[in-house]
Amino acid sequence: MPDPLVVLDHVSVRFGPTPILSSVDLRVEAGQVVGVAGPNGIGKTTLLGVVATLVPISSGKGSVLGATLGTQDARGVRSRIGWSGHDPALYDQLTLRENLHLIADLAALDRATADEALERVGLTAAGHRRSADASNGMRRRTDLASLLMRRPDLVLLDEAHAGLDSEADTIIDALVKVTTRKGGGVIMVSHDAERLRDETDVVIALDRAT
Amino acid sequence: MTQFWRQALAIVKRDLIVEGRSRETLAVVLPFAAAAVFVVPFATDALEARLSTIAYPVYWLVALLFGMQVALRQTGVESQAQRRQLSLLGVDPVARFAGRVIAGSALVLLVLAVTAPLIFLFYNPEAIPRPWTMAGVLVLFALGIAMLSTLAGDVTTGLAARTTLASLLVVPVSVPLLLGAAQTLESLIRGRTTLPWVLTLVITDLVLAVTGVLTARSLEESNT
Repeated sequence: MPDPLVVLDHVSVRFGPTPILSSVDLRVEAGQVVGVAGPNGIGKTTLLGVVATLVPISSGKGSVLGATLGTQDARGVRSRIGWSGHDPALYDQLTLRENLHLIADLAALDRATADEALERVGLTAAGHRRSADASNGMRRRTDLASLLMRRPDLVLLDEAHAGLDSEADTIIDALVKVTTRKGGGVIMVSHDAERLRDETDVVIALDRAT
Repeated sequence: MTQFWRQALAIVKRDLIVEGRSRETLAVVLPFAAAAVFVVPFATDALEARLSTIAYPVYWLVALLFGMQVALRQTGVESQAQRRQLSLLGVDPVARFAGRVIAGSALVLLVLAVTAPLIFLFYNPEAIPRPWTMAGVLVLFALGIAMLSTLAGDVTTGLAARTTLASLLVVPVSVPLLLGAAQTLESLIRGRTTLPWVLTLVITDLVLAVTGVLTARSLEESNT
């Protein structure tokens, strides 16, 4: 059996004196989709930040894609992690296509991969639009296209369904399938526990006591 | 081309396209820089001899203050989500620093290039004997200002008083750059050796470059 992709064992995060996460356990196996539910402000995005190795933990231990959190190795696995959230990381002055080309250039991918990804999310015709002039749905789809293009081993979706139409939901489904089929994992966080139960293999709930 | 330079050039292209289309920085800073050059003569008795004497000091002052503003504003181009994305794309923090510095230097050079003819037009200064040497000095000056501003921008990212604090950090450290550039020009005009002052610029740039390289990773960690 392959090693789990993510293991968090009693992980806590504090920002100064403020506790953000307290003693969280999380395990993501290869091919698994894990949901994290909880109300706004409970620390779901911070938890994704921990898994992305971007937020340092205050106590506990964990590993992501085989790298122990808090070590230099953890930096090395970042390029195998993809993140899509309600705030797409697009540059307003670049067109949707240019945003994907930039990601392709930075990630050493062929620009043709970016054009294919744009086509897969149905934005080929709108690719010339500046991100600032595109609808939120188009921006979100472009963000998802960047993950389809990069094919990361671990996909983190932060309230990914919020504000998306049903067509865009199918893009998320496709992304989840592509990732899990190759033995990767997906973590979806949402305040909508009902939806998570439908779309994930396991749901953990964060609450104030967590 | 190595991955490092591919990433650095992608950042340069990003920053220049963003600035070229938004014109947020240059449209705000350039008119004020030009206005500053234009109004200083009204604050003196406007004698031609007096204007000629203060021409280059005015130029360097305008170059420092407005160049710094251009470079500082340009460092704020990335949102937190974008910084996070760069980390997850595996972008080398040093390549990111290099890319932002090159783009910032290009914008500072534009400020220097636009204000220089105005100085000649309004102040009638002494001619510069070796203009190509001076062009090299301007590049070193612009690089230094861009590196300093990029570092200050990173150190103050996320702080409420970012703009004020970053300016306060940049001004004192820019003294060797200002001194090096101004004294090189003075030495050129007076026919003296420029070597000590060019070296001052080169060494300052090197110190800033080494500082940028050594701190790039930890600054990125603290800003994502």
